[in-house]
Amino acid sequence: MSTDALSIPRADVSAEDAARRGGFGSLVRSEWTKFRSVRGWVIGMIIGGMLMVFLGLTIAKGGTINCGSSNGAAATGKACLPYVPYGPGGEVVSDSFNFAHQPLTGDGTITVRVVSLTGEHPNFSNGQGAQVGGALVSGLAPWSKAGIIIKQSLHQGSAYAAMMVTGSNGVRMQYNYTGDIAGLPGNVSSADPRWLRLTRSGDTITGYDSVDGTHWSQVGTVRLAGLPATVQVGLFATSPTYFVTNQSFGGSNNQGGSSQATGVFDDLTATGTPAGGKWVDTQIGGGGPIGSGPGPGAPNVAGSPSPGNGPSGYTETAGKYTLTGSGDIAPVTPGPGSNLPTATLQQSLVGAFIGLIAIVVVAAMFFTAEYRRGLIRTTLAATPRRGAVLAAKAVVAGAVTFVVGLVASSVAVIVGAHLESSNGQVVLPVSVLTEIRVVVGTAAMLGVAAVFAVAIGAVLRRSAAAITIAIVVVVLPFLLAVLNVFPAGVGDWLLRVTPAAGLAIEQSIPNYHQVISQTNPIQGYYPLSPFAGFAVICVWAAAALGLALYVLRRRDA
Amino acid sequence: MQATIEVNGLRKRFGAALALDGMTFTVRPGQVTGFVGPNGAGKSTTMRVILALDAPDAGTALVAGKPYASIRRPMSVIGSLLDAGALQPSRSARNHLLWLAHSQGLTAKRVDEVIEQAGLEKVAKRHAGGYSLGMRQRLGIAAAMLGNPAAIMLDEPFNGMDPEGIVWMRGFLRALAAQGRAVLVSSHLMSELQDTADHLVVVGRGKVIADTTVASLLAAASGDRVTLRTVARPEAAAVLEAAGATVAVTGWDVLTVSGLPAERIVAVLSEKAVPFSEVSAHRATLEQAYMELTRDAVEFRPAGSFAEPADGGEEVSR
Repeated sequence: MSTDALSIPRADVSAEDAARRGGFGSLVRSEWTKFRSVRGWVIGMIIGGMLMVFLGLTIAKGGTINCGSSNGAAATGKACLPYVPYGPGGEVVSDSFNFAHQPLTGDGTITVRVVSLTGEHPNFSNGQGAQVGGALVSGLAPWSKAGIIIKQSLHQGSAYAAMMVTGSNGVRMQYNYTGDIAGLPGNVSSADPRWLRLTRSGDTITGYDSVDGTHWSQVGTVRLAGLPATVQVGLFATSPTYFVTNQSFGGSNNQGGSSQATGVFDDLTATGTPAGGKWVDTQIGGGGPIGSGPGPGAPNVAGSPSPGNGPSGYTETAGKYTLTGSGDIAPVTPGPGSNLPTATLQQSLVGAFIGLIAIVVVAAMFFTAEYRRGLIRTTLAATPRRGAVLAAKAVVAGAVTFVVGLVASSVAVIVGAHLESSNGQVVLPVSVLTEIRVVVGTAAMLGVAAVFAVAIGAVLRRSAAAITIAIVVVVLPFLLAVLNVFPAGVGDWLLRVTPAAGLAIEQSIPNYHQVISQTNPIQGYYPLSPFAGFAVICVWAAAALGLALYVLRRRDA
Repeated sequence: MQATIEVNGLRKRFGAALALDGMTFTVRPGQVTGFVGPNGAGKSTTMRVILALDAPDAGTALVAGKPYASIRRPMSVIGSLLDAGALQPSRSARNHLLWLAHSQGLTAKRVDEVIEQAGLEKVAKRHAGGYSLGMRQRLGIAAAMLGNPAAIMLDEPFNGMDPEGIVWMRGFLRALAAQGRAVLVSSHLMSELQDTADHLVVVGRGKVIADTTVASLLAAASGDRVTLRTVARPEAAAVLEAAGATVAVTGWDVLTVSGLPAERIVAVLSEKAVPFSEVSAHRATLEQAYMELTRDAVEFRPAGSFAEPADGGEEVSR
């Protein structure tokens, strides 16, 4: 039989059409057509996004803060906010300490010997999480600090560099709130004093430490851009909130209260200061001893003892200086470590896990529905390249989820921040890049979770089984982590090894080791760095895809 | 393109059951090939192997000379319909065809063409879940025709069709073959294929029992016997035996004659003035021929039925 006899009228195929026929792009388009033509899936995705926004905004809305204003009338929301200092890097900072200072013009040096650092903090010794009595007991917070500081001005939030001894972290050089460099280890005492020195040269400040005042080692050198000719130099002491963490099954809780620290100094010398200048004591941000009454910078949060400006906490006798302060010179972090009512970007994204339930259901069914109806045979007959079919489904489910997630997380973050700040909360500012990473990263994480669910659907073939497994593996750890059900150790491991590690992409405020606060997911802290956490969920999705590819190629359709 | 389906030595086992046992046949262009056999004979498994959905334990299946899995846009080479019910119920028929078209790089224009060919214009926007089985069969045919393939393979396309649909389907398959396409149609009922198929591949227990044309299958089953009805039985027998025929008595007034064509029998009896009331050439139906062929291959027969006496003796019809 000749081939002429077989000539068959061909379908009209345009040149453009022919060019892209049968490629991966066609396959993705095909799967997209499949997805959009089942109304239930489209609605499910939209519901997922809406739940995410709704829950996030419900939490962001929270309760409006109420307070009495200075003229005695009740005030709410923003009117309750105390003065909020911002550091040179744009972050919200604590800047409260007791400061004995003089002006320093031009270059100069300050050197001192610290002979003692002692302090008092609330008594949580019964381990029940309740304060024992109202009296303070002796002891230091790990980051109680006293030492020397060169500061741009007396304004809260101004640039600085400082050398200090600490409660249990040895000698440190700290600068501009977020910078921290370790110096000599060990605690200070009269038998084992520490010598500290800061030198200013232009806008560069170098810190040194020594155990004998003779042999000095450089701890660090920092440049404080735009430092004016005349700055303030002197002694400081302060002590942050004292925390006790109670671990239990059912979560961990932290108790905290104000503490104070007292530094004792001698052998104080300074150059570049006015001849015969006197040391003047100022309680920056109300950073004097506890019990001295609310200072001008103290927040009005009911029930929390506030540092104040009563007793000066400063004495000088025959070259021996004693300075007592309370507060911190550090970045403000989420949670009760700060006296400010803080909120973070990612708090409005807490609804992601509930949106994820809907997303995971739709993504798993995107594959299992084909098995239920035998449609998988039609699909694989149309495209025998099974790996490509799996990839196209993953791309479509991931991309749809990403877009839905991006819209939802943008709305949640933008509207959520607005709600929080109008409620009188301080939304801790972050860089634009961080904000993009949080918003886009959340959408990407949801997309990766959808890919995981698609792969599980391909492996298990049955909707109920696939949805159950995907929810148990992906959503449940999110929930357990967010609800803080386990002691921190178990919770941390959940957030390291399960797909819930991907939540780390939402962390907007870094972990500052020099600030102790409640570092759990509710406050927006995760044990892995943002991209390491994101990599963990990607590994899960990749492993599931690999398994799906293996079984899809091996078994009969 | 030589659009044929070549199946060679397929073997496949599902657990203890041997589904394919050396299945071998070829489907040629320009004719309708009927793929018949009882349920469980391996027809659907063979079709799944042809489409690379199932992997055979041994043997090969080629479409247009290539393994199906290696064909880039297979729906342009062979269209297939395995299960008309394989539809997402909430997706419209048009969208079902549209995703298939997109997977082959085809446009919505082509989708509308096949919708028209299958006579589904009025219902194409409705959810496929609400379709009757006959409508689903038409939708499946439309899908198989999307790529305008030179070969078409349909598994039980007559299932669930009303008489009007069966007539339409027969005409459609004949037209496809007339266009030079290779058409492979499976059925477990030979009667459905009686006026449709040119060629028959009869299968049972995973292998081919007969691979023949419809005409030769009928000839083989019919033989050259003639049935004669007469009240003058002994006279008729004597006259015919004298003329060289072999005569057997098969009833009170019935003789079965072989060795003479019906015209000669009529001529001889008329010449000798032997009365007769009926002369009929024995013509087997395709169904009978098929029953003969597949008797041993039927997987499940009702036990103790009239067709198989309890004493285990020969079947009545033999």
